[in-house]
Amino acid sequence: MTAESNTLTVDKVPASDPPSDSSGQHLLHHHFDDMAQQRECNTLMMWAFLVTEIMMFGGLFCAYAVYRWSYPHAFAIGSHHIKWFMGSLNTGVLLVSSLTMAMAVHSAALRNKKRLVTYLALTLVLGWAFIGIKGIEWTQDYHEGLMPGIAWNYYDTTVHPHHTEEVQKLADAGVSPNAVKMFMVFYFFMTGLHGIHMIIGLTLVTILLVMASRGKFTNGNDQPVEISGLYWHLIDIIWIFLFPLLYLVSGIKLGGPLW
Amino acid sequence: MQTAHESDLEVIESHHIIPVGVYMKVFGALMVLLVVTVLAAMEDFSVRLHWGPANIVIAMAIAIVKAALVILFFMHVRYSSRLTQFFAAIAFLFLGVMFFFTFGDYMSRNWIPQVSAFNITGR
Amino acid sequence: MNTAAIEAEVNHVPQTASIGELEFEPRNHYLNNGYGWKSWLFTLDHKRIAILYMVSITVFFFLGGLAALMIRLNLLTPYSHFIKPETYNRMFTMHGVVMVFFFLVPAIPATLGNFVLPLMLGAKDLAFPRLNLLSWYLYIIGGIICLYALTMGGVDTGWTFYEPYSSMFSNGYVVIAIVGVFLAGFSSILTGLNFIITTHKMRAPGLTWFRLPIFVWSMYATSVIQVLGTPVLAISLLLVAIETLLKVGIFDPKMGGDPILFQHLFWFYSHPAVYIMVLPGMAVISELVTCFARKPIFGYRFVAFSSIAIAVISFLVWGHHMFTSGQSAYAGLMFSFLSFAVGIPSAIKVFNWTATLYKGSIRLDAPMLYTLGFLGLFLVGGLTGIYLACIAVDVHVTDTYFVIAHFHYIMVGASVSAFLGGIHFWWPKMTGKMYNEGAARIAAMLLFIGFNLTFFPQFILGYQGMPRRYAIYAPEFQTLNILSTAGATILALGYLLPFFYLLWSLKHGKSAGPNPWRATGLEWQTTSPPPTFNFDVVPVVRIGPYAYNPAADELEDKRIEFEEARQKYEDNREQMNGAKDHNGNGNGNGHGAADRQDSQALHEETERDR
Repeated sequence: MTAESNTLTVDKVPASDPPSDSSGQHLLHHHFDDMAQQRECNTLMMWAFLVTEIMMFGGLFCAYAVYRWSYPHAFAIGSHHIKWFMGSLNTGVLLVSSLTMAMAVHSAALRNKKRLVTYLALTLVLGWAFIGIKGIEWTQDYHEGLMPGIAWNYYDTTVHPHHTEEVQKLADAGVSPNAVKMFMVFYFFMTGLHGIHMIIGLTLVTILLVMASRGKFTNGNDQPVEISGLYWHLIDIIWIFLFPLLYLVSGIKLGGPLW
Repeated sequence: MQTAHESDLEVIESHHIIPVGVYMKVFGALMVLLVVTVLAAMEDFSVRLHWGPANIVIAMAIAIVKAALVILFFMHVRYSSRLTQFFAAIAFLFLGVMFFFTFGDYMSRNWIPQVSAFNITGR
Repeated sequence: MNTAAIEAEVNHVPQTASIGELEFEPRNHYLNNGYGWKSWLFTLDHKRIAILYMVSITVFFFLGGLAALMIRLNLLTPYSHFIKPETYNRMFTMHGVVMVFFFLVPAIPATLGNFVLPLMLGAKDLAFPRLNLLSWYLYIIGGIICLYALTMGGVDTGWTFYEPYSSMFSNGYVVIAIVGVFLAGFSSILTGLNFIITTHKMRAPGLTWFRLPIFVWSMYATSVIQVLGTPVLAISLLLVAIETLLKVGIFDPKMGGDPILFQHLFWFYSHPAVYIMVLPGMAVISELVTCFARKPIFGYRFVAFSSIAIAVISFLVWGHHMFTSGQSAYAGLMFSFLSFAVGIPSAIKVFNWTATLYKGSIRLDAPMLYTLGFLGLFLVGGLTGIYLACIAVDVHVTDTYFVIAHFHYIMVGASVSAFLGGIHFWWPKMTGKMYNEGAARIAAMLLFIGFNLTFFPQFILGYQGMPRRYAIYAPEFQTLNILSTAGATILALGYLLPFFYLLWSLKHGKSAGPNPWRATGLEWQTTSPPPTFNFDVVPVVRIGPYAYNPAADELEDKRIEFEEARQKYEDNREQMNGAKDHNGNGNGNGHGAADRQDSQALHEETERDR
């Protein structure tokens, strides 16, 4: 293995599987001049696409920010309702999956099929774990009556008589339940949109996994893994911002229920 | 183990392979920052530092550092061409424009009392 | 390309294949490379995809035009006698949605851009041919879905889908229409992505940024806007859809929502969108004005950078659509000031095009007529935009016909003129045929006259106070409305005519040859129609664009005269030889000594004349 350094180094390339033209000419699409151009085009294309994703989520974040600025107290209360521990756990899960994805890209570049498949599988497992934890969160919110448009009755004392005190506190503080509802709308929409992108990412990783196990990416054609990795990391970055914005608005107070 | 061939090197040099150690260090930093985020949320800095928006600013600052680490190292931007780096930067620039002008509207509404009636919360 | 290959190209092959070596009527080109619906619907060739787009865009254009016809017929009387007011609302919505999202945004980029850009760059195709095809499919599916919603259910919100009307009080078909627009937006993003990457990475050897035709610069700027702006439209429409479906009041004041927030998000895209609609028009005009004035563009760098400046500044001005919405007056001030600024790069372009015309050797072919029309109409449209940027004026004329006239001057007067001009200019390249020049000139003039008759009265109407989107209006506005509708019929003729003579030319048009306009640009250095992979010889570029030279033109004219005279002479000799030689041994081309002397004499004579 090479020395630990931050500069570009070249690791040893093991025998590829199956044996093929090492320069990868057979992978060159007809309209490109050479592999370097194709590679650069693919990377730039994925980055340009990521720019569109950033702008889309950015618009959503902007709308959220406007309402949070307008209803700071309501948003703090709303943030209390969602489970910070599950959110933190999910953040950890995603960060690990980012690592495993980066390692998968690394393995593909080094043409190590076994490691590539392992890391892709790990990424898949972690990704589904994220979705699973999110599903648990959402189910709980549904049962508590915190899902606007579908099951919104948290502040309805006829359904939840034990919430009377909270309703009173809201009224005392001059906060409208509708403002808290606005927070929940954004919570579900933002995590939902993120979740949809996660599922798209998971589909991509599954396809990669199947093809990787057939050796499609360890013969010099590691680009699809690399650009899928870029997509995966973006999903991670979006969550990195979502987590504090949604879960940590009012800070964390220990002693409450974790889930 | 086979060593890299000339032609293999050609391919490899046209794209960067980052040593595993770098990935591990970045991952470690990310996990540490996650813990810091959670710990910071347990403390109310707006009271401590006598500055209202302190909490959100600190949380966002940590998030920006995390995102930067992922972008630079996991997404290889640190080792990419100038063009790729430019693409990565441009999105955040225009995002900034959107935030700036939109908030410019909202925050300046009550500078003129008659207009603040249009502000949903009166802020 | 490695250096050895480049050297081989440079040393052994002409810098660009000279026209004489290209087939006048190529036997194998992209149109006859495979027949049948599969070869078209599963094609990866950017030229075929451009044709697919061209056909679909024409269909949407006529649908949108039909809606416009309904509008104008209804406005003949002030009492909405022709159709019910509810139907009228659906008509102007359909007109707006179809024309904006399914005609203007894709028109020039997806047809002319798709066809010409790789050729201009000397590339074999766009960077991502499959994404290109996907973009067309998304466009078609989005279009069908949207048309369904607009016609079957009827959407009456206006193309701007303003909240809270679109989610609270309109019917559920809004969501279906939104899905259609969402898909069209994706289509637009994919086209933009493709163009950006292709321009950066697939230029021919020697084709540096400052040797690119302005067309490429403006298309690049358009693509940047598409990539940065369209996603925000996506999210704002998604929010409307969620609000409609789940009744959650994101923009509903009763629930604490702010309708103005929707407007911020919507116009963040939709203002740059209008530049997506006009920048490609400017791209085409830069090509036409140089070719038909036989001059290089005046101030190349200024025009090139102005495209980028327009793309950037266009993102800073969206609030000028919201001066009267209730946004902060200070925000209004900022947006007003920046809106004045955004006019500057456009003005630079107009000055430079005019300067290009000055002392040019102007040929009034149909594309030039469209160009001249563009210059005048864009001037009016752009200036009235500046009036609207002035808050004091805008407060009075906002939501009146003044605004409608302003944006139609740009979107129809400028963009559609440029689109038609471009279609005519590149028609020989795309099809290998020339259209009927006389008919084309008439169509161009009909368009100009009809357009002005239709829309100039609307400036007056708006100034006098007639509101837009009203089926029933005050009777004193009727005369001008009738005039406007009358103009619209002439305008319609101006649109229909090209449809007929262009199609006619496919069967009966003269063969065009590689470069009928004697234009510069790499797309003219290949056959008409081009081969599937664009160039048989990869071009190597050494000089800048627009190397027009009237002296060279004169020389070329003389050369053609000489060639024609010589051909006639040869034919005559053939005939004479054939008549003399009863044995049928006619020498055909007369290579005998006497003939050589004669042709030598003719050659000398012509040499003396030069």
